[in-house]
Amino acid sequence: MPNMNPKKTPMPEQEPNVRNKNFDEVSYGYTEEMAKNEAERCLHCKHKPCMKGCPVAVHIPDFIQQVAEGDYEGAYRTIKMTNSLPAICGRVCPQENQCEHNCVRGIKGEPVAIGRLERFVADWHMKHGKDEAEKVEPNGHKVAVVGAGPAGLTCAGDLAAMGYSVTVFEALHAAGGVLMYGIPQFRLPKEIVQREIDTLKAKGVEIKIDMVIGKVLSVDELFENGYEAVFIGTGAGLPNFMNIPGEGLVGVYSANEFLTRVNLMKAYKPDYDTPIIHPKNVAVVGGGNVAMDAARTALRLGAESVHIVYRRAEEQMPARREEIHHAKEEGVIFDLLCNPVQILGDENGKVNAIECIRMELGEPDASGRRKPIPVEGSNFKIPVDCVVMAIGNSPNPLIRSTTKGIEANSHGCIVVKDDTMETTREGVFAAGDAVSGAATVILAMGGGKEAARSIDKYIRSKK
Amino acid sequence: MFQILQKRKLNDSMTLMVIDAPFIAKKAQAGEFIILRVNEHGERIPLTIADYDREKGTVTIIYQIVGKTTMLLDQLGEGDALLDFIGPLGKPSNLTDYKKAAVIGGGAGCAIAYPQAKALHAQGTEVDMIAGFRNKNLIILEDEMRSVSDKLIVMTDDGSNGHKGFVTDALREQIEGGANYDVVVAIGPLVMMRAVSELTKKYGIKTIVSMNPIMIDGTGMCGGCRLTVGGKTKFACVDGPDFDGHEVDFDEAIKRSRTYYEMEREAAREFNCRLMEGAKNA
Repeated sequence: MPNMNPKKTPMPEQEPNVRNKNFDEVSYGYTEEMAKNEAERCLHCKHKPCMKGCPVAVHIPDFIQQVAEGDYEGAYRTIKMTNSLPAICGRVCPQENQCEHNCVRGIKGEPVAIGRLERFVADWHMKHGKDEAEKVEPNGHKVAVVGAGPAGLTCAGDLAAMGYSVTVFEALHAAGGVLMYGIPQFRLPKEIVQREIDTLKAKGVEIKIDMVIGKVLSVDELFENGYEAVFIGTGAGLPNFMNIPGEGLVGVYSANEFLTRVNLMKAYKPDYDTPIIHPKNVAVVGGGNVAMDAARTALRLGAESVHIVYRRAEEQMPARREEIHHAKEEGVIFDLLCNPVQILGDENGKVNAIECIRMELGEPDASGRRKPIPVEGSNFKIPVDCVVMAIGNSPNPLIRSTTKGIEANSHGCIVVKDDTMETTREGVFAAGDAVSGAATVILAMGGGKEAARSIDKYIRSKK
Repeated sequence: MFQILQKRKLNDSMTLMVIDAPFIAKKAQAGEFIILRVNEHGERIPLTIADYDREKGTVTIIYQIVGKTTMLLDQLGEGDALLDFIGPLGKPSNLTDYKKAAVIGGGAGCAIAYPQAKALHAQGTEVDMIAGFRNKNLIILEDEMRSVSDKLIVMTDDGSNGHKGFVTDALREQIEGGANYDVVVAIGPLVMMRAVSELTKKYGIKTIVSMNPIMIDGTGMCGGCRLTVGGKTKFACVDGPDFDGHEVDFDEAIKRSRTYYEMEREAAREFNCRLMEGAKNA
């Protein structure tokens, strides 16, 4: 008999006024009892609409059934069939727009908490399960993966499972990409990312850090070194700025820099040498998940006031509802329908205010969202000593600017064939933000999976 | 891990290290830089490549001890290893089209000016080198610089080595004496590069400066190294580190370079105290 409660089983969380002062994870996750209770809300629809919403097609009703039966390890294996990073996806996927968006229970109430269940299963496995590295018969073929973010790691994992010898090259000193440098500890503990990476290593994937492909080795040299195909998952690592006056002032960060200092370089821990400004009053410009992450990070660094400055209304914010909700609970101030026009500084070049103009919404633009229009004469200033620009990233240009034959569009995104993820250069495949521009972890993983299938097909067709 | 094969003190505050980094040595070109991290809790700092040996697979760096990270680095000796050593990064210098060049080095900047002069000299460009130091005791790489230039002028701020004055004084003298430079390459403290650029602008001589701003990843990702050049935002790591000195907004760059000044001084002070403590207890 299904649990007909219209609401999701709540997930226990740290109190907002406590958690906004520490970097520990916000949500504690379900207990076994909560998980079973929530799993029983699934109606096991024959047509499995939830699965269609999942970019990597996790067998959702099956794993939920196993949770309901208490077979957590079985549930883990079910998820793992198609998703190599469940502990991460359970935490950072925008489930409300994907699997949960399609859930039949969502019509008359809240959808089944698929994300929370996925997280429960992955965490249960980490605590109780064993990773027996399945030994796959090596097929004697080598593939290079450039970038150890979600796209690259997924592609590498899938290829390794098929028997390929895979080397992942990472430019930073740690694998994980945006999972390590971007998403904060309180939303995605780095130990979890590390654990997933270790699992991949146990499968035989070799990860070489500190290797900037395009500089230290070219794509051509990868082929010369015997790699038969190259996958590019270099992400969207080139921060956008607004090109308004004052962006060169001291105290203006890109979200990437701000978050990298804190997440990858652990600036919030006293025993690390990374310096960071500990701002009193902060404005974060943007309305996506990255903006929420930066705002909540600023609070945790001790800021007294943190403003989100976003040029549209809350409904148009690209951030996940849950993140907006968490940010508000923690005390982030939302200045909506506002757009910065300049950043002001003192005689030492340090930020002391951000000047904004009020906006109103006009007709929908190309993205389908109503276009913000400035209201003349409505300028006002917010006194701040730090501004974080979280208005998106463009694909990193390093590889395509140093490699011949890889075409990119006018936004700098690598051009690929939709169904195969093959670039304009033979044997070179790409996916993730390098192709799509800034998107989500799960979409990057979906692309990485697709590319792994195509790479396998490509190499086998050459035999 | 990247082993330190050789360590040589150049003066009281500057040290040369030869690092075993065959992949980087194979690709390194003049003007490019590396990013290093000494240990797990350390910062990532950029340093320009001072030299490389493709056959031996080594890369040479020269650093000035200014903060905690360089102090930490200086604690290491031959046989020890750096945790991370990443490169080569940035765009190599493009100096192929010049017949006569003035290469200006200021203090630690001479470590980077020297390979530039070497590359220019090797391609047949006539090179005048002007090197500036605060005093005689700080002079580094004098023989090396002499060996790759047609003329070497060493200036000291206090005159303790003969020529008293700034590099700009020597440069002005050369220009007014009819040196006819096609290009001036200036590498050193920001204030020195600004002074050189202001001078050469008056004479209409193209001037290239090597910028070394605050940086984390060195691949364009963090945007921390941004500069305003010709009114546009540029990233030193992927658009540079070389820029047209007449276009760089030095005032902004100088202010930005001081972002962590107080914090760094504090960290260095604490580190020094701990070292003293250790010495006392030893």
